[in-house]
Amino acid sequence: MKGLLKFRTNPTIAATGVVVGPLEKKSPFKPLFDKVYDDERSGQPTNEKGHSKLVEDACMIALRKAGFVPDDADFLLIGDLVNQMTPSNFCASELQIPYVGMFSACATSISSLLTAALLTESGMSACSIAGASSQHNAVERQFRYPVEYGSQKPETAQWTVTAAGVAAVTPNQAGFPAIVSGTIGRVIDLGVTDPFNMGAAMAPAAADTLERHLNGHGRKVKHYDTIITGDLGKIGFEIYQKLIAKKKIETTNNLRDAGAEFFGDDSDFQAGASGTGCSAAIYFSDVYEKMMVGEYKRVLLIATGSLLSPLSFQQGDTIPCIAHAVELEMK
Amino acid sequence: MMDEKKYAELESKISPKPPLIRNLFTAFITGGTICLIGQGISVFYMTYFDFTERTASNPTVATLIFIAMLLTGFGQYRKIAQFGGAGSAVPITGFGNAVISAAIEHRSEGYVLGVGGNMFKLAGSVILFGVASAFIVALIKTILVKFGVVSW
Repeated sequence: MKGLLKFRTNPTIAATGVVVGPLEKKSPFKPLFDKVYDDERSGQPTNEKGHSKLVEDACMIALRKAGFVPDDADFLLIGDLVNQMTPSNFCASELQIPYVGMFSACATSISSLLTAALLTESGMSACSIAGASSQHNAVERQFRYPVEYGSQKPETAQWTVTAAGVAAVTPNQAGFPAIVSGTIGRVIDLGVTDPFNMGAAMAPAAADTLERHLNGHGRKVKHYDTIITGDLGKIGFEIYQKLIAKKKIETTNNLRDAGAEFFGDDSDFQAGASGTGCSAAIYFSDVYEKMMVGEYKRVLLIATGSLLSPLSFQQGDTIPCIAHAVELEMK
Repeated sequence: MMDEKKYAELESKISPKPPLIRNLFTAFITGGTICLIGQGISVFYMTYFDFTERTASNPTVATLIFIAMLLTGFGQYRKIAQFGGAGSAVPITGFGNAVISAAIEHRSEGYVLGVGGNMFKLAGSVILFGVASAFIVALIKTILVKFGVVSW
């Protein structure tokens, strides 16, 4: 099987940084976030500048916790959803860490983590910062309508979060979650065209990557304390479980979805959260924390992304989707 | 791999359908309330100012748009819209909200390229098709009047 990664040197996540916007105070995970802004733009004049600040703060927090300054970091591997990823570009300009912009839409949290692990495995990186971010206003205005425009969102819609989550990846250190393997996703497109039903568009990609990861690495679902998908949302998560059942993959009750859980059961957010920062924020706060305290020993993170653009869906194209997986283990 | 048709079946079984009856009801209540307020404003202008039923419509529309502007700016109109759906989109306040929200949104790109260039991004098609259909309707009526079928 193709697209499988095995890391023999077991690079570790030495620290994480998660920063969120003011509305994300409503998240049950709020106590686990490193920083919660009182202002959506963090005092910056534009949404996009606020977006840069968001990811920059997250990077600085992760670096500080790992005992580094920006000059110590070898690579910066981050991405977002704004055109040409300018928020990440401006952040890279501030930090002056050698940078490659990463784009897998909302699956960027994992594609960047896998890239960081590969660079570390090759011995060329002593510290890489990997992660992803999204800012509600900056993303919504680009993909949908102006933020204050009154349109009725259907129950399948998801709320783009304002959140940045990054990880500091280093060569193996005892006592930290290790990156042991991964699976690069294939683009799966089953003909969903509704940008207000991204969960349904992405669910097949998540199920496909899960199946490939389990078969390719010879794993069973019960091997993991949890398998947590990125931002399928409540509806997408239900479809994903149905798809897994159809694939005859034996499941236990260890399946989670970051998007479905992000805002708890608050119906103001319809089917739940989404956005590049959604999975990154939960993976690098809740999941990381639970691994550090020993609650989780082995986890599989499957971040999902919709690879559409405003142009492609206006032209009536379907939504191509991807899911990347990474297996973390607390040795 | 599952085929698209089978997946569409599975997906539509799980994705919730829009609650049509509920939406119709909330749209009726919301749209009706906006129109009731408009009627109140209209009566106000006719009672306290020198307006007739015909001429009161212009200041009434302006007042409603002004209220919609405040509600949009303070982040309330989208909440009304989430409840009211078409009920808050169809009246003139919905048109106002479409223009105003785009203007607020693009303020960060400056007045000319931002506000000016994007203000009618959403409302532009309403204006275009509104004017075009008004022209066609007027044309039909003119012909009918000419042949004596109806009168102005």
